[in-house]
Amino acid sequence: MPSHPLRGATAIVGLGITPQGKVYGSNAIGFAVDAVRLALEDAGLRREDLDGVLVNPGLSWGDMGMGSFQLQQALGVRDLKLTATMNLGGATAGAMIAHAAQAVAAGVCTTVACVFSDAPLKPPAAEGANGGGTGGAYRFARGLDAAYGFFGVNAMYALVAKRHMHRYGTTQDHLGQVAVSQRRWANLNPAAQFHDRPLTLDDYHRSRWIVEPFHLFDCCLVSNGGLAVILTTAERARSLAKPPVYVWGMGQGHLGGDPADTLTSGAVLAKKTAFPMAQVSTGDFDVVELYDCYTFTVLVTLEDYGFCPKGEGGRFVAERVRGPGAGLPVNTGGGQLSSFYMWGMTPVSEAVIQVRGEGGARQVPRHELALVSGNGGVLSTHSTLVLSRLPS
Amino acid sequence: MNAVAKPVPEIAPEMAPFFAAAKRRELVVQRCVACGALRFPARAACNRCMSRDVTWVPVAGTGRVFSVAVMHQANHPAFEAMLPYAVVVVELDCGVRMISNVADCPAGEVTIGMPVEVTWEERSPEVTLPVFRRRS
Repeated sequence: MPSHPLRGATAIVGLGITPQGKVYGSNAIGFAVDAVRLALEDAGLRREDLDGVLVNPGLSWGDMGMGSFQLQQALGVRDLKLTATMNLGGATAGAMIAHAAQAVAAGVCTTVACVFSDAPLKPPAAEGANGGGTGGAYRFARGLDAAYGFFGVNAMYALVAKRHMHRYGTTQDHLGQVAVSQRRWANLNPAAQFHDRPLTLDDYHRSRWIVEPFHLFDCCLVSNGGLAVILTTAERARSLAKPPVYVWGMGQGHLGGDPADTLTSGAVLAKKTAFPMAQVSTGDFDVVELYDCYTFTVLVTLEDYGFCPKGEGGRFVAERVRGPGAGLPVNTGGGQLSSFYMWGMTPVSEAVIQVRGEGGARQVPRHELALVSGNGGVLSTHSTLVLSRLPS
Repeated sequence: MNAVAKPVPEIAPEMAPFFAAAKRRELVVQRCVACGALRFPARAACNRCMSRDVTWVPVAGTGRVFSVAVMHQANHPAFEAMLPYAVVVVELDCGVRMISNVADCPAGEVTIGMPVEVTWEERSPEVTLPVFRRRS
C-alpha cells in the first residue's frame, strides 16, 4: 500500500512549557510569548525562522477575535505565511498541529508555532472582587438552565457520565481508578501541579463532591500558563537540536447529536482518518495520551479507540490502566487531572516528551508510537494525532 | 444581607411563546412545520430537515428522569441553602428532553427512569417555570 503523503512528512521539533498552575504576574499573551520563546530555544530555532503562527485562545483571551494577529504583534515576527485563531475547545491542539502539518507538507510555509495559553486564575487577594453583591450582579444566570440551578460544564458532563454508569454498569471505583493511576504518573513528574501529593482510592472517595457522580479528583485542574510546539518539515527536523517527533497520522471527528444518548466521543470517526494514514492500529501504541477533562472522558475515549469494547471502559481501566510499570501507559505525565490543564496541549506535550525519551523517572521503556487525543465541548469535537520516533 | 432570590430567566424573543404558555400552566415545545419533529429549547432550524418553519404545540407533562446530576457547589447564592440538590434531564413522553428539577424530592432519591409529571413554580410575576414531581 503506498504511503499517505502526510505520513512522516512533518515533525514536531520544539516544545515550550511555561511554569504551570497558580502562576501570577502575567496575562495570556505574556504566557504565549514565553511558551514560543521556550519552544524556539528547545528546537534551536530563531524567531525569524517562524513563518506560521496558530493560536488557540484560552478563556482569558476574552473577545480577542484575532488572537493570532495579537500574538504576532507581541512576538514581533514578520512575514508570516500562515496564521489563524482556532477554537474547537479541547480538540484544538490536534487540529492546529494537523493544519500546520498540512500547510507545511503542501509547501505553503515551513515552520509553524502552535500555541495555547490562558490565565484564568487570579491571585488570592483578588478573589471575591467580583463575588457577593446582589442577584443583579449574576449576569451569567439569565438562561433557563440557570433557573434550575444548572451551571457549568462539570454538571453537563455529570449528566452524561451518569447515563454511562446506568447503561454500562460503570462504577465510582472505575472513575476513581483513572484519577489514582494518573496521580501515580504525576508523582513521577516534577512539572505536575500534584507532583508531591499521592492519591489513594480511599482519598478519592473521601474527596468532596463537585457534582455527583464527580468528586473533586474526577475534574481537571485549572492552570495559568502557556504551551507551544513548533512543527516543520521532516527533512529540516533532522538538522535541529532535538530528536524529531514525526507526525504520522491526523484526523478529526465531530459526531453531533446528544452525548447523553451516544455516550461516544468523536474518536470513533477521527481514528478512521488517522490510523490508516499512519498505517497503525489500536494495539500498536506504546504510549497513550488522552484528553482528560474528567476521569470519565478517559474511559470513554479508550472505548472509542477500540482498546476495549463499547461500555467496557470502566472494567478496562480497572484492569489495564494502573499507572507506572503496569498495563497500558495512559496519561503518563499525570494528565490534566494531575499535572496541568492546557486544554489539548497537555496530552500533546507529554507525547512529545515520551517519544523523545525525555520522560525521566516516568519514561516508558518503549516509545516509538504515541496516540494523542483532543476532545472539546461535551464529547462534541475530537482530534487524533499519531506521533512517532521513527521517520517512517 | 438579604437572601438572594433564585434567578429569573430572561425571556429571549425566540422563547417568548414558551413562557407565555407556562404562565397559563401549559407545557409547549417547538414543532417543525415541515417534518413534524419536536424540539426544545427553541432552535433556529429543525435539525432533522433544516426547515426554518416552526410552531409551538402543547405536549403532555408526563415523562421519566433521563439523567441526573447532584450539585454540591452553588454557582449562584440562591441555591446554597438547597445543597445538595438534583438537576435532572426529563424525557417527556413525546420524546423531548428538558433540564429541570424534581420538586419536593431529596437529591438522593432521584433515579434514572423515575416517572415524573409537570408541576408549576411561579418564579416571578412574569415567569412561571415547569418543574416536575414524582408520579406513581
